[in-house]
Amino acid sequence: MTALLPETTGREDFKEILRLIRPGSRVLDVGCGEGALLELLSQDKGVDGRGVEISPEGVAACLARGLSVVQGDADHDLDDFPSGAFHYAVLSQTLQAVRQPRHVLSELLRIADRAIVSFPNFGHWRVRWSLLHRGRMPETKALPDPWWATANIHLCTLRDFMDLAEDLDLQIESCAALTRGKNARSIDPEKGLENWRAEAAIFMLSRRGPAPRRMADEDAPVEPAAASDLFNP
Amino acid sequence: MSGKPVPTPENASVDSVGGGVFRLPEGEALPLDSGARLTGLEIAYQTYGKLNPDRSNAVLVCHALTGDQYAAGVHPKSGKSGWWSRLIGPGLPLDPTRHFIIASNVLGGCMGSSGPSSINPATGAPWGLTFPVITIADMVRAQALLLDHLGVDTLFCVIGGSMGGMQVLQWAADYPARIFSAVVVASAARHSAQNIAFNEVGRQAIMADPLWNEGAYASGKTRPEKGLAVARMAAHITYLSEPALQRKFGRELQRDGISWGFDADFQVESYLRHQGTTFVDRFDANSYLYITRALDYFDLAQAHGGVLARAFTRARHVRFCVLSFTSDWLYPTAESRAIVRALNAAGCRAGFVEIKSDKGHDAFLLDEPVMHNAMAGFLGAADVARGLT
Repeated sequence: MTALLPETTGREDFKEILRLIRPGSRVLDVGCGEGALLELLSQDKGVDGRGVEISPEGVAACLARGLSVVQGDADHDLDDFPSGAFHYAVLSQTLQAVRQPRHVLSELLRIADRAIVSFPNFGHWRVRWSLLHRGRMPETKALPDPWWATANIHLCTLRDFMDLAEDLDLQIESCAALTRGKNARSIDPEKGLENWRAEAAIFMLSRRGPAPRRMADEDAPVEPAAASDLFNP
Repeated sequence: MSGKPVPTPENASVDSVGGGVFRLPEGEALPLDSGARLTGLEIAYQTYGKLNPDRSNAVLVCHALTGDQYAAGVHPKSGKSGWWSRLIGPGLPLDPTRHFIIASNVLGGCMGSSGPSSINPATGAPWGLTFPVITIADMVRAQALLLDHLGVDTLFCVIGGSMGGMQVLQWAADYPARIFSAVVVASAARHSAQNIAFNEVGRQAIMADPLWNEGAYASGKTRPEKGLAVARMAAHITYLSEPALQRKFGRELQRDGISWGFDADFQVESYLRHQGTTFVDRFDANSYLYITRALDYFDLAQAHGGVLARAFTRARHVRFCVLSFTSDWLYPTAESRAIVRALNAAGCRAGFVEIKSDKGHDAFLLDEPVMHNAMAGFLGAADVARGLT
């Protein structure tokens, strides 16, 4: 999926994602663009990464980096992945642009043990100010496009997101506020003030209940490739 | 005509071209899926580039239904460029200065490999319909013997489009330890009902030609050219897209006005007739029957309990690249997605791109920059991983 926010705002979450992910784990990056995060994860963390990307050009760029990335979108193509195949599924600045955020979130946590999700916070004070004072849809640094041109069709606040997580019986393992040009700041998303202050946020979630199994018999019960399986000529 | 292509500006730099015919030693036989054993096996092949001292740079290029071993350079019969000369050459994704590229004529073919038109060593007469029915797996088994003969233990890459892509998938299922990377273009893991239906039209056209003579035409002077031409015409439609046909021909007429008869009034008719008549010069009708049968019998999941993913469980080390085209209705993107889904389920390393093109199935043979770039990127990264740069 193409980055929906300008490069400069999307990248603060990379550092935080790198911090959250355990070395040597298996990671699926949904909306991986040209593979910058996957490459970082593989170089710095020895991660065995896979990606999903909507644009053919993005996928081609990933292939040229030696990454295993398939063309697809979060709404339709996550069901191609078997349950429990990954330790982490990353959805960076994309949730607000999918057609079915609820379905996508639950798919992420079917495929992976943990989901790392970042999104712009519609509860940020600038957004509220724009609506309250100007009576117009906000155009902020985190939400730069006019309402008729934006790809962000499912905007939410930190509180809205936590309601959805609760509804899906998900555990919030960590949360950090993202501000352009600054390091991620660990926050308690329950605190109302943070819902005013955070321009964007990044959550790590896990399932409270047991992993859902897929109904289809399509999946061979297999362990995904480990780094040790790498071809050795 | 010698097998050595005539140098032209286009292929002049594809030097170190080699090739020949591999013959299975006497007393040995190729076991076939049907249970039969084929003696006197011959596989005709071309090579481009040289095998490096590590023997790590070999690439097997697998051809489609009516392709052959002349993947690059100039075709000795048609005088045209090899069918994948856009991808094979210095500076191209498959580079003879870096790779040792092998292309062989499939088992059942008619360009020098054992097939119904070759001589049955037991009788001294052409096989005709006594040639055993073959499968995609049989083709791959014969290729593996060729690689043994060439001293190639593992392939850097096995790559092919259409039926060539099916051979690539079969390689991944049957000889995963012998491949490092695999590229599957415009292909499928099984033949659909529609695929089989179109092939059956072609076979019926051949068999309805009185000159076909139950397949025993090779000893006579005449061949079922009309039947084979009709088979090619029908198949050729499936290789193009509706918009491509419309753009190229529309309702344009051959001459001023219609003939009020059954001449080729429309340009599209004339084009198809031309496709048919030129095809019979280079292809054998019985080979067409055998190879289309092999395509129809292809169903990779079937041999693995109906679960395609199980075909790939031993191929988790292989780097896969799957490419499809939006307007390909012969092997549509859904077929490629099924392959990718199975690769993911098996935990394989899969890359997949659906390329926007209105040229239909044939796009894999044409100038498609996105396909070219995707392959160049994928193979370039694989080159680095394999230490070939």
